[in-house]
Amino acid sequence: MQLILESLFNGIAIGSVLLIAALGLAIVFGLMGVINLAHGELMMLGAYSTYVTQLIFKLPAFKAFYNSYVIVALGVAFLVSAVVGIVLERLIIRRLYGNPLETLLATWGVSLILQQFVRSVPLAVGSGLVMTLLIGLTLPLIIPQKIIDQRGKRLINLGSWAISVLIGITSANSLATSISKLGRASARNVDVTAPAWMRGGIEMWGITFPVTRLVIIVITIIAVLAVTWFLNRSVWGMRIRAVTQNRPMSDCLGISTETVDILTFGIGSGLAGIAGVAVSLLGSVGPNVGSNYIVGCFMVVVLGGVGNLLGTIIASFSIGIMTDLIGAGRLLTIWPDMPSPLASTVDFFATTSMARVLVFALIVVFLQFRPAGLFPQKGRMVEG
Amino acid sequence: MQNTFKIKPSLSFVIWIAIIAAIIAAPSLLPVFRLNLLGRYLSLAIVALGVDLIWGFTGLLSLGQGIFFALGGYCAAMFLQLNSSGDFPNGIPEFFGLYGIQKLPFFWEPFKSSIFTLVAIWLVPTLVAALLGFLVFRNRIKGVYFSILTQAALLVFFNFFNGQQKLINGTNGLKTDVTQLFGQMVGSDSMQRWFFWITALMVVLTWFFARWIVHDRFGNVLIGIRDDEARVRFTGYNPTLFKTIVFAIAGGLAGISGALYTIQSGIVSPQFMTVPFSIEMVIWVAVGGRGTLVGAILGAVIINYAKSLVSEALPASWMFIQGGLFILVVTSLPEGVLGWVQSDGPRNLISRLGIARPISTYPSLEAQGKDEVKP
Repeated sequence: MQLILESLFNGIAIGSVLLIAALGLAIVFGLMGVINLAHGELMMLGAYSTYVTQLIFKLPAFKAFYNSYVIVALGVAFLVSAVVGIVLERLIIRRLYGNPLETLLATWGVSLILQQFVRSVPLAVGSGLVMTLLIGLTLPLIIPQKIIDQRGKRLINLGSWAISVLIGITSANSLATSISKLGRASARNVDVTAPAWMRGGIEMWGITFPVTRLVIIVITIIAVLAVTWFLNRSVWGMRIRAVTQNRPMSDCLGISTETVDILTFGIGSGLAGIAGVAVSLLGSVGPNVGSNYIVGCFMVVVLGGVGNLLGTIIASFSIGIMTDLIGAGRLLTIWPDMPSPLASTVDFFATTSMARVLVFALIVVFLQFRPAGLFPQKGRMVEG
Repeated sequence: MQNTFKIKPSLSFVIWIAIIAAIIAAPSLLPVFRLNLLGRYLSLAIVALGVDLIWGFTGLLSLGQGIFFALGGYCAAMFLQLNSSGDFPNGIPEFFGLYGIQKLPFFWEPFKSSIFTLVAIWLVPTLVAALLGFLVFRNRIKGVYFSILTQAALLVFFNFFNGQQKLINGTNGLKTDVTQLFGQMVGSDSMQRWFFWITALMVVLTWFFARWIVHDRFGNVLIGIRDDEARVRFTGYNPTLFKTIVFAIAGGLAGISGALYTIQSGIVSPQFMTVPFSIEMVIWVAVGGRGTLVGAILGAVIINYAKSLVSEALPASWMFIQGGLFILVVTSLPEGVLGWVQSDGPRNLISRLGIARPISTYPSLEAQGKDEVKP
């Protein structure tokens, strides 16, 4: 019993990381039909945001709040990834709607650039750049319409970009001077240390549950609930679903499809940032941290069925539990008297990488029977 | 819907003259190191031709060509290892000793034969591709789903080859440069020169083969599948069969390419099956001009040569350049450089800069002497 419980917990822990990573991808892919290969790199940006936030909270001025930096980091990571995602959507992806294969290649290019950017540009400069983009994009939105009418849109835009560049440069400069680690470019992996309350574990029913894992599970649950609420209950969520179902008709009825695109992509990217926080708590953070997850995320989306959150949830947990069962060789401990040919087969797959091999192979076999995943989209779809 | 995009015979002729001249001149002009690099990149042109067949003509974006590339490489490397392992204990390749293996794994046995190896190099990848393709296409999985599944398959193979130390030396790969062939070391300069010629010959042969495939009814069906698969099906063709065949052919070409690449680079390892390498293959074709065949060859050779030159000078900048290439080609040059040249791209660029006169919108009227058309 205890064994099964432990196995279940490990599986859920692996699954929840997969789920939080795949959630944003599922939204963007399901609602917009866009394959975002840079999703892993948006996660990586989230992980680096956590690192930068942690370093800032180590400064004397913020030392008192150090224990709560993870919560702040969640917000920071969401914003950073969302801003980068929105810029990506505006500059590149918008030109490629309806061409998923081309989007795939373009976003791969973006992911290469982001990886190298993190390697060869100091983090302080990167933070300043994101700050500039964030302020430059939001400032024109919060200035009252009256002033914009008085001064002219162009002037306001110019002015807000000027202000944001100024703020960006100052913040980059102050980050670089106060935290010397951020002032140098480095390709080395960095480590995010969890605050004291997140180390160790909670003992229950004779099993130790690591607190970091529990925190990640909680983050995942909150994120899933929030996304579900947003899509099903809020006004903009309804608009997003409307555009997904019928873009031209929604456009005719006065929904700004452009805003919907920005919003969807921003949320999807922001969720990648939150996933990045989770990933940074599990291991060291490097330029390649995201690319390790991306293929697994896509398998979750394909297995779950496109555009279906429930499918995504079930798929990620079943992949997580299976990976753990096979990879840790738990089948043997649960059933020790297995007949020997079967036992040697189980033993053959009892490493993390071989477990991945088997799980992926099983998914491909599964897709032979249900090509559209666990929960296929209903309705008459025109092919092509 | 895309139009069929063909390059003009005159342009194609000029490019071929240039390619053949470069191949003939290269051995006497380039030092052995560079010649070896050029040979490697020429072998990559073969896999690029395969990618062009499945992507440029049939519209299947495979992100898993690395599987077949590496399988071909492993076939060649296994033969070479066996061919020169007579002096090692038990008469089996040296690395087995590290893991305490006494007996050759069963699937190595047939690779003692050179004829079997020559067949296996293309047949094994072809069969694997046919099986994978059949399973995927049978269910009408297409578009991005196909891409994702091929990528997942790539990861499966990578993890498998990476994890099996005792069978195929795992992450270390199989070395070929110190092995013997015809009593000579494979890595020696004279051998490498021979490999260069063989590769160049193979590239030309592959091009003829690919051209033969696409300039026929078979090719028309492929283009039909790319442009509107449903209509092809309703016309009475079975797209699954055609897609499986062309995917298998591309797999076989990737195998040949991998074998040639392996003997010239001196090692085959699971690194051939990493995700970035397989996506790079697509970008060679995209930059050259998809659906043009000769563009795939040019793209593969030129991009890789540029990569090695840039990486030597400024190691950090290649990733930026490559990423930029992906974005640029997709957003601004969807038909690749060849397509751009063909569709008067350079002239448009110059006229946009204000140097030359913009070309008339109605060339036929202009030819009649009316130099401007009033709107």
